Amino acid sequence: MSYSKKHTLDPTNWIELHSDYLYNYTISRINNHDVAKDIIQDTFFAALKGKDNFKGNASERTWLISILKRKIIDYYRKINSAKGKAEVRMNFYSDGEREGQWIEERVPSTWDAEVEKDIENEELSKAIEKCLGFLPEKYAIVFRMKTIQQFETEEICNELAITSSNLWVIIHRARTQLRKCLEDSWFKN
Amino acid sequence: MKISCDKATKICDKQQYKEASLWEKAQLNLHLFLCKKCGLYSKQNVVLTKCYNKYKNVENRNTKCLSKEDKNQLENKLKAKL
Repeated sequence: MSYSKKHTLDPTNWIELHSDYLYNYTISRINNHDVAKDIIQDTFFAALKGKDNFKGNASERTWLISILKRKIIDYYRKINSAKGKAEVRMNFYSDGEREGQWIEERVPSTWDAEVEKDIENEELSKAIEKCLGFLPEKYAIVFRMKTIQQFETEEICNELAITSSNLWVIIHRARTQLRKCLEDSWFKN
Repeated sequence: MKISCDKATKICDKQQYKEASLWEKAQLNLHLFLCKKCGLYSKQNVVLTKCYNKYKNVENRNTKCLSKEDKNQLENKLKAKL
């Protein structure tokens, strides 16, 4: 039986060798520079603390990423359970006789016929960015991962420790709020 | 087979990522055939998806990275713990 070479850790080189990689990994999931910076700092600290647990079976980077993944889940859990956040207003009656039907003032209104051409407009990206900023963070993270970074559903579910039905509810709510925001700021006649 | 507008728009959102099941698509199509409001929602949703795609291309051109200063800060904090 052959043994592959054991990997070793060298914390003095971590920043130089891995900080860009860890940062890119984080920022493509959590689109906030300061938060991403804090998360990778926590990752390096946790790695240092736990370096005696490193068995050398995986590379240094793989090991750091496994710690980072847990930090990202922790962060998502934290914001997911944060109280007092404004909930997204939905388009439908949630109970009573009209449950599941459109609330009158939320019925889609017709948009300017020129909107299709507007897609090339640079200003539209700014409007989208702004509307994304109004989303509760837990919705923005999932929406971005799915729509902008185009992760597979399964991957997002694993990385944020949520179920796929949970994911689709979040996507639905995020798109509902974005739609309303863009309708008001961009598409309305 | 009949679904509410709430359910229909939810499937419609899922379908923007081509991930609605065959059964969901059948339910959605029947609903869209009968409901004008959701028909408009669905049509506009396609426009929105195009917009998000466009935004995605703009966004992914902007590379984000750690500055030299960020790295020095990290380096110093880590060194202090070594």
